[in-house]
Amino acid sequence: MRYYAFFVAGWLLLIGCLGIVRSRNLVHAVAALSVCQSGTYVLLLAVGFQWKAVAPVFGNTLPTNTPVVDPVVQAMTLTDVVVGATVTALLLAMAVQIAKRQRTVDPDELSALEG
Amino acid sequence: MGTFEAGTSQLLALAVAVPILGACLMVAVTRLARLVADSVATAVAVAVAVIDGWVLVHTGAGRVVLWHGGWLPVRGFSVGVSFVGDQFGAGLALLVAVLMAAALLYSWRYFEAVEAHYHALMLLFLAGMQGFALSGDLFDMFVFFELMGAVAYALTAFKIEDASALQGGLSFAIMNSLGAYFALFGVGLVYARTGQLGLPELNRALVGHRPDALLVAAFVLVSCGFLVKAAMVPFHFWLADAHAVAPSSVCVLFSGVMVELGLYGFVRVYLVVFRPVLPGPDITRAFVVLGAITAVVGAVMCFGQRHIKRLLAYSTIGHVGLFLMALSVLSPDGVGGAAVYAVGHAGAKGALFLLGGILLNRYGSVDELELFGRGRRHRWTGVAFVVGALALAGLPPFGTALGKSMAEESLASAGYGWAPALFVAVSAVTGAAVLRAGLRVFFGVGPPPLGSGSGATPGTEEPDVEGRLTRVPLTMAAAIAALFGVALVGGVWRLVPDAVDRGAQRFADGTGYAAQALAHVPAGPTRALPGGWWGVEGVALSLASVALAVVLALGAIYLSRLPDAVRAWGRRLQPGYRVLRRLHSGHIGDYVAWFMAGLAGVAALVGFPLR
Repeated sequence: MRYYAFFVAGWLLLIGCLGIVRSRNLVHAVAALSVCQSGTYVLLLAVGFQWKAVAPVFGNTLPTNTPVVDPVVQAMTLTDVVVGATVTALLLAMAVQIAKRQRTVDPDELSALEG
Repeated sequence: MGTFEAGTSQLLALAVAVPILGACLMVAVTRLARLVADSVATAVAVAVAVIDGWVLVHTGAGRVVLWHGGWLPVRGFSVGVSFVGDQFGAGLALLVAVLMAAALLYSWRYFEAVEAHYHALMLLFLAGMQGFALSGDLFDMFVFFELMGAVAYALTAFKIEDASALQGGLSFAIMNSLGAYFALFGVGLVYARTGQLGLPELNRALVGHRPDALLVAAFVLVSCGFLVKAAMVPFHFWLADAHAVAPSSVCVLFSGVMVELGLYGFVRVYLVVFRPVLPGPDITRAFVVLGAITAVVGAVMCFGQRHIKRLLAYSTIGHVGLFLMALSVLSPDGVGGAAVYAVGHAGAKGALFLLGGILLNRYGSVDELELFGRGRRHRWTGVAFVVGALALAGLPPFGTALGKSMAEESLASAGYGWAPALFVAVSAVTGAAVLRAGLRVFFGVGPPPLGSGSGATPGTEEPDVEGRLTRVPLTMAAAIAALFGVALVGGVWRLVPDAVDRGAQRFADGTGYAAQALAHVPAGPTRALPGGWWGVEGVALSLASVALAVVLALGAIYLSRLPDAVRAWGRRLQPGYRVLRRLHSGHIGDYVAWFMAGLAGVAALVGFPLR
């Protein structure tokens, strides 16, 4: 059980890559890229996780020696989510524009750049 | 800010903050008059260059360290996030700012229809590159990597009605984002092992550590992520697609500094973080080989192109391979040679891209065959293009020639006796391809080339300017002249290679980096290295590659008049070239598959020697 989350993180990263490799639709490829990124979220959160620890918010009630999960990786994950949202939005906008210009979103049929 | 040179260190933050504020201003006041937008953007780039220059002067005495928000380390332990400017970081940041100023000057009358979006994107791009060069924190490096990436994707697809620009932008975005996510995965693994993210803290944490599988995996993931941006084979496919379609002014930055920033990130992270764990000789062997493959693939593909911007892009891949080889030596002379070479290359390649942009804006094409002889009226543009081609091949006194000879020397003394020959060949072939295009287009040399027999991508592209350019505006000419100045500076001003040599010694000292950032330990003294200036052997090798470039260019132009024996030999190489060309399919799925294969290859090269 200790390693399960790490296994899931690696799996998401690789299956996302496979998704892009086998993609027949650019929107699908962009979604597959997001799956890759989800792998990094899972990894980061798993790194900072502890059994029986609580959320890292020290108010008036929580004694300072209580074990908490690592807030650093949570901050990293949030940053990562913001980056991912930006990139995904930009990529989807490009996919829409490609569909308008080329009347297709199949990577196999895009051939403006070869060699 | 205690004893951390309060004044200068604050400037590090300004180098990132000023362009971001400038970009916000551009977006907030969208109806800015064109002249105001141009002036403000250029002024911001110049201001950042002044900041970087000021920091660079101060780095001679030691690294300039800034702990953001005043979270100073206590007894060598820190919870803060740092910027660390040494000669290499600040020098690279300065190069970025100078190239950005030249690009903005060139685009003074570019894209007449657009509002200030272009300027805002350029300034954000500047901020991202500044942050990446100056950051002293692994996670921040990822954030700035993605910031400069996201802006670069938008700039690549700036001509949003152009089908190939969209496709190039999309490939670029998917490949680079994927690289960034793999790098982040590696950062997560390093954090899991050490509980640290800062480069100085990581250095301390890993000294004396065993090279276990987790750390090797982390190194491979972070390196491959950064090397996607550096366009190492087989991660290089996006580069030609993106460069061929991006506006010419943007290409100056892509080829001149963005790709080099990928290499910088890779070497910086190795030297400071992983060097205590992974033995240097294994890393040198692995990346000299990968660099050599990159150089050969780039040079061969470059020679086969007819789309001039694509040709220049492949030549960048060839040169990046050479830089990677020199950097992989990991000694101060190798790293210093690569740096001098990269500065010269940035100037020469930038000037060539801008000259290509002038062709595009005047004739609506950058196709070598279609434009045959049509540039005859523009002698000066043509002369500049040919000089740029020779500078690329390594004509003394350009910085490319000096850097190349320094790099060759360091590789030869590290036991790679074949490296100088490869350097001469690759720089000659890429220079010859550019020279061939210049002679054909501007001087109409040789027989008119036959149609589209080669099957390479033709150079049809939407011009950047509305309406055809009839004469070269002064601003464009000034930008090109400034870039030639950058190409020359390393080779004619002895201060530059000397300073680079000293900077390289400090760059290679990861322990000193950690000690100075965490515990105020003053930087150790640096000394002048022998062989950092022109020598007989270096000049001879440079002239050899220039001569070889001229011979190859004329051979390609007068192919039909060559003796049968030579042509038969050439035909025998054709099938190999055709296979290589077919691998560059423009298909994003193929690119990702190659990325996975490359990742496995790097892992094998780095991991197996440790068993």
